Amino acid sequence: MSSHTDEPEPSPHEGEHLPSQRDEHSAVPADDPFANPGLPPHEPRRQDIDEQAAKRSERSVSLLFALSTLATVGFIACYVAIPIDKIVYIWPFGHVSGLNFGLGLTLGLALFCIGAGAIHWARTLMSDEEIVEERHAIQAPPEVKAHVLAEFRKGAAESQIGRRRLLRNSMLGALSVVPLAGLVLLRDLGPLPHEKLRHTRWKKGTLIVNESTAQPLRPEDIVVGSLTQARPDGLDPHDENFANEIAKAAVMLVRLQPEDIKDQRSAEWGHEGILCFSKICTHIGCPATLYEQQTHHALCPCHQSTFDLSDGARVLFGPAGHPLPQLRITVNDDGYLEALGDFEEPPGPSFWERG
Amino acid sequence: MKKLSARRRHPLAAFVVLLLALAATGGLYATLAPGEAKADNSAQSLAIEEGKRLYDVGCATCHGNGGQGSSDGPSLVGVGAAAVDFQVGTGRMPLQQPGPQAEEKPEVYSQEEIDQLAAYIASLGPGASVPEESLYDPAGGDPAQGGELFRTNCSQCHNFSGQGGALTHGKEAPNLHDVDPRYIYEAMLTGPQNMPSFPNTVLTEEDKQDIIAYLNEVNTSSSAHQGGLSLGGYGPVGEGLFAWVAGIGALVACAVWIGARSTKARKS
Amino acid sequence: MSTANDAPQRRGKAPAGERLADWADGRVGLYALAKANMRKVFPDHWSFLLGEIALYSFIIIILTGVYLTLFFEPSMSEVEYAGSYKPLQGVMMSEAYASALHITFDVRGGLLVRQIHHWAALIFVAGIFIHMLRVFFTGAFRKPREVNWLFGFLLLVLAIFTGLTGYSLPDDLMSGIGVRFMEGAILAVPVVGTYLQMFIFGGEFPGHDIIPRFFVVHILLLPGIMLGLVVAHLILIVYHKHTQYAAPGRSNNVVVGPPLLPVYMAKAGGFFFLVFGVITAIAATVTINPIWALGPYRPDKVSTDAQPDWYLGFSEGLVRMMPGWEWVLPGGYTLNFGLLIPVIVFPLLLVVIGVYPFFEGWVTGDKREHHVAERPRNNPTRTAFGMAWLSEFAVTMLAGGNDVWAVNFNLSINAITWFCRIGFFVVPPIVFIITRRWCLGLQRRDREKVLHGRESGIIKRLPHGEFIEVHEPLPPEKLYQLVSHDQSEPYEVGPEVDENGVRRRISPLERARARISRGYFGENAQIPKPTREEYQELTSGHGHH
Repeated sequence: MSSHTDEPEPSPHEGEHLPSQRDEHSAVPADDPFANPGLPPHEPRRQDIDEQAAKRSERSVSLLFALSTLATVGFIACYVAIPIDKIVYIWPFGHVSGLNFGLGLTLGLALFCIGAGAIHWARTLMSDEEIVEERHAIQAPPEVKAHVLAEFRKGAAESQIGRRRLLRNSMLGALSVVPLAGLVLLRDLGPLPHEKLRHTRWKKGTLIVNESTAQPLRPEDIVVGSLTQARPDGLDPHDENFANEIAKAAVMLVRLQPEDIKDQRSAEWGHEGILCFSKICTHIGCPATLYEQQTHHALCPCHQSTFDLSDGARVLFGPAGHPLPQLRITVNDDGYLEALGDFEEPPGPSFWERG
Repeated sequence: MKKLSARRRHPLAAFVVLLLALAATGGLYATLAPGEAKADNSAQSLAIEEGKRLYDVGCATCHGNGGQGSSDGPSLVGVGAAAVDFQVGTGRMPLQQPGPQAEEKPEVYSQEEIDQLAAYIASLGPGASVPEESLYDPAGGDPAQGGELFRTNCSQCHNFSGQGGALTHGKEAPNLHDVDPRYIYEAMLTGPQNMPSFPNTVLTEEDKQDIIAYLNEVNTSSSAHQGGLSLGGYGPVGEGLFAWVAGIGALVACAVWIGARSTKARKS
Repeated sequence: MSTANDAPQRRGKAPAGERLADWADGRVGLYALAKANMRKVFPDHWSFLLGEIALYSFIIIILTGVYLTLFFEPSMSEVEYAGSYKPLQGVMMSEAYASALHITFDVRGGLLVRQIHHWAALIFVAGIFIHMLRVFFTGAFRKPREVNWLFGFLLLVLAIFTGLTGYSLPDDLMSGIGVRFMEGAILAVPVVGTYLQMFIFGGEFPGHDIIPRFFVVHILLLPGIMLGLVVAHLILIVYHKHTQYAAPGRSNNVVVGPPLLPVYMAKAGGFFFLVFGVITAIAATVTINPIWALGPYRPDKVSTDAQPDWYLGFSEGLVRMMPGWEWVLPGGYTLNFGLLIPVIVFPLLLVVIGVYPFFEGWVTGDKREHHVAERPRNNPTRTAFGMAWLSEFAVTMLAGGNDVWAVNFNLSINAITWFCRIGFFVVPPIVFIITRRWCLGLQRRDREKVLHGRESGIIKRLPHGEFIEVHEPLPPEKLYQLVSHDQSEPYEVGPEVDENGVRRRISPLERARARISRGYFGENAQIPKPTREEYQELTSGHGHH
């Protein structure tokens, strides 16, 4: 930090100059029009020459500090007096928490006034004479460098690290291998992927349950133009692994007029125009459920990937790379919709081994 | 008063009223059947007739003479009275100009005329009727349950507290701020424009009421924004802009004050 | 150094403060430290206080963050909410979210502290950003300050990631979407993506580990590193002494300004309280991240307007701009370019700024120390580059908020995205060219001013009828400001052949360096500043105005 103070310095002032001495920095020919004119002479402020003005400044600063003290008292009063659930109407902020508003403004005022007082003090009463400080070259002079290098060589030689190669190499070897221990310890951070991303809770015969009502869905429940969020039967929000399962298995059902469905396979995988798509976007995994019933487009709110549900959820726009997987559905003997199996391809965002 | 009305809207109350009404109409029908039915029918057919007249003037250009639709407007057969009440009652219809979507604007027809139009459209084919007030009264719903349903079915387009959001190619899901609960109910039921419908098989009547109760809690003029100004409720974009403009702006102003030269005696 | 012995002996004991200082001096060498630093000079200029905005926000974040940890529960176990916020009562949520609600609605002042913490975080990164802009455009990163630039750059990167992990902690619907994005981004990594994802999340998304892990990263790992970097950054500032703008009395060899004790101490200390006060007042009146309105995260739920905090808006924009490119390689391996490219471009965009000082140092071959801040116009190519970078940043930010702009300005989201896709390639070059020409124009005007003086507004009619405006010569201090800067020569590769007439081998890299250097300092890249001779000839001789 203070290394430059150790350098032999001819200047007795140690880098600090009064304005009267600053001429020495502008040692240039007097006839040079571009010369550094040197610091202008210091001009006194009102407060420097008028004690009345200085007194006024003092009073302003003290007032700010006193205001801050009062605001702190107000803060404590708010804390004690305002109930936490009190909602008050304050124009233009609206219906806000009285406690948050009271505490925040008093604390803000208390802090701001301390700052404003200190700065007003510094600006009006503390000396505003500028000081000139010399800069010193950061780079060490050659003799210092030579000295350090000599010392370094001496130290290195004393250690014999250069002479005894075996010693050096074995040490470097040990040092480079030892971090492996830490790396190995990270192995238990999580399991290996295996086939986890490929399979969901959907199986042949799994009933399709309405997410909103928790009731299994029948074809007649789903009318043209409607949108139904659904999940596989047997998955309960209170389950331990519910979030992991729903992150892959969430689906949405729409019903299209059969003549509106452009993709033949998609129509066959549905039931009488009812199509069941994974709602997990194939880009990064947000639910792409902004369904426009007239255009049959489903939009993802995160990055605007747009899928055409009437055309096998083909990507129309945005960064998603492939269609939303479709779940094959049918109607069971009791008249309920059920899955004909798991998704044919992994739902959700792409990954390297996805295929 | 509030308590009284809440009790009056006890779930069973509607049921009892319905039973009484059924019994009464049944009895009346048995005795006065021909006269009463005629009067009822004539009032109804009068409304349909009036509605047809209004329709022919204001709607038929796009929706066709018999509501069968044309290249400029969809068929209205089977959309029901609720759809008419929503579209015309919120001023979306009649359409001002073609565009990505029909915007809400001051309504053109009186409620009586809207009812007549609705009666006419309802006569074209069976569809959802205008809901009873007890179905969409926010007081009857559970806002917490409604919030869950809202985030499952609605927030993807309308934003987490119903501030509205963008759809493709200039379409948008409108802001639900202070929207009449009846229209929210009708919108869910009928799916106006590109909004999908949520028939009672998808969202039950209670579910719809819960959603209305939630919106009533979070997105009306009297909703609480505990933290202060809500900045439109659009999330981090508004917050970032505010941090830059107001936050950094104020702090740079402080810095300018700190760094400015103090006033000199000579100049003052 | 015998002053201590020569000092007049006081009767009785020294004052308590002095005795304490003596004690400290005997243990940690207080007086030597104070001698070097107590009257240290800090130049006074508002733009030198921008970094302090960041520094003080950082302190505020640490203070409020410690308070929040007293109540926050970083756990993903599911609980049923039973707190006092009605629209969520009975809803299943993670303990993390429930405890964040508890802080908001059941701890008095908790909401205020949460809002201060979050507002301070936004302002912290914004403060770093404008501070870097000042340093960049004034060339204050040049030797000897390149290392300190790097420290500051690392602080920016770490601040972004600390912000990201903090954004994720409350486990509300918005933070969950952010975590889901990270999962997708990790999965997009070729070959090892799925493994990384499993290790980082402790299994499948979302699992139960990610929030506790982010918590440690957010409150310990990243802030710890940042604290160290902040200290190193400050030590280097003191060691290098601050840069300053060219003005009378200032030069490369001296630094002029008020001393640390008392003026700068009062100003800097006071500024801390101003920053704290302003942020607290904002937190009192403006909502930030209303987690209660967002609801708990569930992977099958979502809200529109899903955005990161502003400092990741540009990465969000990069993703939103991407077309949906995806390749399936032979063998069934998928490359998800819709994520992969943004994930690569995002750090590149930052790194370009991080390594810029070294690039410029290499191009110019300048080994001198620079302590006088340059005016942006005097290095047109650098300024143009900086502006082009900023415009790129702005385009990506625009794309990142496309849904919010679309709904507020009645625009088509697809049109905005297409505008940004094209703008990404078109806007920066245009901005580069305009800025560079603008700077050159300003240089020309400076030259005019130096040689012909300032327009006085007085019109004079000459005997033969011509009207001219009287120009006043500039005062010396103004003159000095306009001519004191250096103008570098472009780097040359030297002659193609050596003294024996043999072709020298000149590497393509050297040629490129010379070409770039000409772009910085060649004939078309700067207007020669007036020489003394030119000036004297015009002013003393026959110059009629």
